[in-house]
Amino acid sequence: MSGPNTEFDPKQVAALDAQAIESMVAEALAGIAEASNLDELKAAKTAYAGDRSPLALANREIGALPPAAKADAGKRVGQARAQVKKALEDREQILIAERDAQVLQAEAVDVTLPVQRNPIGGRHPLTTLMERMADVFISMGYDIAEGPEAEAEWANFDALNVPPDHPARTMQDTFYVESPDSGVVLRTQTSPIQIRAMLERELPIYVVAPGRVYRTDELDATHTPVFHQIEGLAVDEGLTMADLKGTLDHLATQMFGEGIVTRLRPSYFPFTEPSAEVDLECFVCRGASVGDPNNPCRTCGSEGWIEWGGCGMVNPRVLTAVGIDNQKYRGFAFGMGIERTLMFRNGVTDMRDMVEGDIRFTRAFGVDA
Amino acid sequence: MRISTSWIRDLVAVPEDQTGRDIAERLIDAGLEVETVELVGAGLDGPIVVGKVLQIEELTEFKKPIRWCQVDIGGTEPSGIICGARNFAEGDLVVVAPPGTTLPGDFTITARETYGHISNGMICSERELGLGEDHAGIIVLAPETAEPGADASKVLGAGDEVLDIAITPDRGYALSARGIAREVAIAYGLDYHDPVENPETLPGPADERAPAHCASDDLEACPLFTLRTITGIDPSIPTPQWIVNRLRDSGMRSVSLAVDITNYVMLELGQPLHAFDLDSLQGTVRAGRAQPGEKLETIDHVERELSTDDLTIRDDRGPIGLAGTMGGADTEIGDETTNIALEAAYFAPDVVARMGRRHKLTSEASRRFERGIDRTLAPIASARASELLVELAGGTYQGMTAVEAPMDERAIEIPTDLPAQVAGMDIAAATTVAKLTAVGCTVEQSDDRLSVTPPTWRPDLTDPADLVEEVVRLVGYESLPSTLPTAPAGHGLTHAQRLRRRVGTVLAARGLIEVLTYPFTSEADANALRWNDDDPRRISPRLANPLSDEQPLLRAAILPTLLTAAQRNVGRGFDDLALFELGSVFLGAAGSKAPPRPGVTQRPSDADWQALEGLLPDQPMHVAAVWTGDRTAKNWQGSGEPATWADAIATAQDIADALGVDLTVEQGADPAFHPGRCAQLMIDNAIIGHAGELHPSVIEAWGLPARACAMELDLDVLMQRAPLVHPAPDFSSHPVAKEDIALVVAENVTAAQLEQVIREGAGELLEDVTLFDVYTGDQVPEGHKSLAFALRFRAPDRTLAAEEIAAARQGAIAAAEGLGARLR
Repeated sequence: MSGPNTEFDPKQVAALDAQAIESMVAEALAGIAEASNLDELKAAKTAYAGDRSPLALANREIGALPPAAKADAGKRVGQARAQVKKALEDREQILIAERDAQVLQAEAVDVTLPVQRNPIGGRHPLTTLMERMADVFISMGYDIAEGPEAEAEWANFDALNVPPDHPARTMQDTFYVESPDSGVVLRTQTSPIQIRAMLERELPIYVVAPGRVYRTDELDATHTPVFHQIEGLAVDEGLTMADLKGTLDHLATQMFGEGIVTRLRPSYFPFTEPSAEVDLECFVCRGASVGDPNNPCRTCGSEGWIEWGGCGMVNPRVLTAVGIDNQKYRGFAFGMGIERTLMFRNGVTDMRDMVEGDIRFTRAFGVDA
Repeated sequence: MRISTSWIRDLVAVPEDQTGRDIAERLIDAGLEVETVELVGAGLDGPIVVGKVLQIEELTEFKKPIRWCQVDIGGTEPSGIICGARNFAEGDLVVVAPPGTTLPGDFTITARETYGHISNGMICSERELGLGEDHAGIIVLAPETAEPGADASKVLGAGDEVLDIAITPDRGYALSARGIAREVAIAYGLDYHDPVENPETLPGPADERAPAHCASDDLEACPLFTLRTITGIDPSIPTPQWIVNRLRDSGMRSVSLAVDITNYVMLELGQPLHAFDLDSLQGTVRAGRAQPGEKLETIDHVERELSTDDLTIRDDRGPIGLAGTMGGADTEIGDETTNIALEAAYFAPDVVARMGRRHKLTSEASRRFERGIDRTLAPIASARASELLVELAGGTYQGMTAVEAPMDERAIEIPTDLPAQVAGMDIAAATTVAKLTAVGCTVEQSDDRLSVTPPTWRPDLTDPADLVEEVVRLVGYESLPSTLPTAPAGHGLTHAQRLRRRVGTVLAARGLIEVLTYPFTSEADANALRWNDDDPRRISPRLANPLSDEQPLLRAAILPTLLTAAQRNVGRGFDDLALFELGSVFLGAAGSKAPPRPGVTQRPSDADWQALEGLLPDQPMHVAAVWTGDRTAKNWQGSGEPATWADAIATAQDIADALGVDLTVEQGADPAFHPGRCAQLMIDNAIIGHAGELHPSVIEAWGLPARACAMELDLDVLMQRAPLVHPAPDFSSHPVAKEDIALVVAENVTAAQLEQVIREGAGELLEDVTLFDVYTGDQVPEGHKSLAFALRFRAPDRTLAAEEIAAARQGAIAAAEGLGARLR
C-alpha cells in the first residue's frame, strides 16, 4: 500500500506532462480524421475516447498527483478529452452525412417494381349494396328482419292476400318444393318477412329485410331466377302514403345522390292497397329519349323511367291475417330490386355478370359497391 | 290488352292533338301500365294501293311455284307482278307496294327483272307492311272493300297507333275497349258514353225456330247463362276490313265472320262469347260440373281428362266445352255452319282459374273470367254480337233463353275523409265523391260517411282500401307530399348480422372473392363429391318445377355450386382462384302431403304457426371457399406460392378468430377431400365443417387445376358461440422466458396432439407455444419426425427463476413422452 504523494515528482507521472498530452491528442485527431466510415469511427472512438484510451488512462493518473499538481493536470487532460470528443462528433457528423449521401444512395432500389402482394379480394357488390341500403334504414331507427328462403306458402301467398286461385299467384312464377301441394315454396319475394315481422315483433314495427328471392325466369341480360330485394315494412298509427313516398325519396337520394327524381305510379299488389310502382327518372337521358327514335336510350329503353320496385299501403286484410287491429294501425311496405339498383347505380348492363361469379366482376368493386 | 287509338277515339272524344304516347302517359298515371306504343305500318314509306288480280300465270320451271300476275292498280295498264304466295285467285283484291315505296326494314321496291319477267311492284303480306304478324300468305281483301288503285294504307288502318297495356289482375274491366276508354275519359276529364248503354237494334225473334234451351246446374259457379239462336248466316261472307284491322291491332287473327264477331265483341265490351254450331247440339245446353271419367276434346284438338271440379258446358251427350276457357271440337262452328247458338255467361273467377291451372290452359276468355267480368254484361254483349251476325252475316235472330240467380248489391261504407287520411294530403269530400262517381260507383253521402256501391264491372272493389286507391290514383300520386315518419329508437344490427358482415370482410381481406351462386344442385353433384349413401347431405328439398331437370335439388352444401363457379373461371382462363360464398343451405325434407293452411281472417294460432315452420327444411348459413392454383403470383421476387390445404385451414381459423370462437382442428375424413389432407373443424367436440385439399376425383369432376383446396363450415353454429362482449385481457408486464424444444415422435402423432400435451404439461406459466420446424430425414429414425416448438413462459406477478423455467420445460417434455416423444 503506497502512501499519498506528498511531493511533486514529475518522473512519476510522465504521462501527464503537456507534451505527452499534446501528442496523445494529435494521435487521436489523426486517427479520427482517418476513419473513413462510421464503423471505423466507432473503433477510433474506442481507441481514443474509450475506457482504455491513453487519455482515459491519463485521467486516472490525476488522482495520484500531489494536490498542487492536480488542478493543472486536470485542466490539461480535461481540455484534451474535450478536444477529442469534439473531433469525434464532428467526424461523425461528416460520416453520417457521407453515408446518407453515398451509401444509402447506393442501396437505392426501383420501388416501382411490381412487389409481391397478397391483394385483397372482394365482396360481391350485391352484398355490399344490400348492407348500404340496410344502413340507410338503420340510421332511421329501423331494424333488419330476416326470414327463410324456403318458405311456407301460407306466408308467401295466403297471408299476403293472395288466395289459392287468384290470378296474382301466377303473376310470379313460383318454384314449388317437392310437390305443388307441399305447402313450401322458394319465396318469390321478401314480403313473407313482413308476415314474420308482424307475427314476431311488438308494434310499432319499422323493419327492412334484404334477401334472396326466386322466380322461374330464365337467365338473360335483364332477368335472373335468383335475385335480391330489400323489403321495407312500417306499421304504426297514422302512417300515410306521404310517409311512404318520403321514405322512398330518402332512400333514392341516399343511393343515387341528390337530384334523383322518383315517381309513384299506380299499380297492383295483393298485399298493398293502394299500390304503386316506384320509378326512377332515367339518369342517363333524363327522359329526353322518349319518342325520339334518333336518340334511343339503352338504359331506360327510351321510356324515360326505370322501374325500381313496388310499394303501397299494407292491405288491411294482411294486418288482419296476422292479428293486427287494422282500424288502429296502418302500414306501408315496399320492395326494391337490388340487382336493378346495382345496374342503375353502378352501370352494370348485363345481369349475368352478377350471377356467373367471374372474378373480374367482383374484384372490380373491391369491398364496397 | 292491345288496342288502337282509333278504337279509343271511337268511344271517347280525345282531343285531336293528342298522340298515342300522350294517351299512354295519361293511362300510366292512372295505373294502366302501357308497355309500348306502336305505329301500325311503322317503317312504311310511300304509297300502297289496292290491286285487283286480273290474271295469274303459273310459272313452273323454277324450284318453287311462282305466279306471274296481271294486277289492276288503277292505272290504264295492269301491272305485271311476280308473286310467290298462293293464297289468292283471279278477281281477288290484294295490296300492292309499287316501285318507289319503301317497306319496313328499309326495303325499297323497284321494278326489277326476276323469274324471267319485269316485276312492277310487290303484292304484300301483313308482316311485310309492318301491320301485324301474319305472314302465312299475302293480304286478300274482301270483295268490294275498295276500288283498284285506292289508298290501301287507309283501308288497312296504317298510321294508327296501338297501345299495348299490361293489365294487372285487379283490373279485369280494362281487358276491353269499353274499360280502357272509360279510363281515358276520366284521365282527360271527358264525358264518357258507355257503349253498353247504346240502344239495342236487334230485331225481335223471328220465331221460325225455337231458340236453343239453356240451364245452369251450379248457380254458384255459373249464376248467369244465356243462349241466343241465330239461323241462316252465310258462311261465305268475309269479315269486313274494319273488324279485321281491329282484331289484328289487338293481336288476334281473323278466322271467319261469325268467330270474328264474337272476338270483336269480347274485345269491345269484355264479355267472352262462344258460338256453337246449333245443329251439332243435342238437347239443353247447360253449365255443370264434369262427371267422373269424362273426357273432352277441345278445339285445340287436345283430349282432356276432366275432373269433377271442372265446370263444363254440356248437352245431352256430355261435356261440349270447358266453361269460360275453351269450347269442344265436336260443336265448333266451321266453314259450313249456318245456324249458331251464342253462349254468353258469367263464370266464377276461382272456378275458371282452377280449371285453367289444372289443364294448363289459358285463353282470351279465361283471362277475363279469372279476373272477374261484369256480372250483368252477358245478355247485352250477346245482343250486340247477334246484331252484327244479323247485319253482317245475313242471319236471322230466333230468340234467347237464359237462367240467372239473384245478384248481391254490395255497398261499402267509408268515412268521407278516409282517402285523405291514408294519402296524407287534403282531398275535398267533393273530390272523393267525384272520383268514385267517375269510375262508375253510386255514392250516397250522409254526414261524414259515404256509402259506395261499385259498378258491376268492378268486382275488385270490395274493401274501403280499394276505394281509397281509386280516389288517390285519380287525384294523382304525383300530388302526394313527401314526409318522413318517426320510427322509435332502433337497435342497430343484430349480433349475427354484424358477424356475417365481419366474416365477409375478413375473407375479402384474405384475398378471397365473393360469388353468389344459384343454390340448385343434383344427385350427380352429390356423387361427384363422393358423399356416402347415408350422408345426411343427400337429403335436401327437391323442386317440383326446377329450371333444369339436371339440377332439381336445393343444395345441402355450398361446395358443389361454388366449385361450378370456380370451374367457370378456370374455363375463362383464370387458374389462380380464391372464391368464397356466404349463403343458406337446405337440409332435410320439406313440405307435407297435407300442409296446414291457416285462414287469413285472424292471427294463426301458435300451433298452426309452428306447424307451418315445421314444413320448412333447416336452412343454416354456411360459408365456403375454394382455392386453385397459386395464392401469390409468380413474379420477379420468386416463383408463385401455391394455395394449399394449409390456406383452407388457416381461413377457417381466421373466421373463428374474427368471431372470437375457439376452433379445433383434427384429422378429418370428409369423402370430398384428400383422405390424408382433410381437417375437420370442431367446436365443443362437434364437427362444424371441413377444410383441406380436395379429393383428386372431385378436382377432376369439376375440371379444376390439381391440388385445388376448399373449406366449408356451418357459420350459424360458429356465430352462436361468438361472445357478445369481449372481456378485457389481463396480461403481465414481467419478463418473458423463451425455451425451444425439439421432439421426435412417430409419424402418426399429429402436431395438434403434441401441442395439446405440451400445453397441459408445461402448466400455467406457459404463455404461448409455436411449432417452428417440422423435420423428417436422416437425423431421425425411420417412421418418425421431429417437431420443434418455441415455448414462452411468463408469470403474472414476478420474474421467473431459472429453476421454475426448467421445471416447466421439463413438464412439457415429460408430457410429450407420454405420446412416445423423446427430446432430440
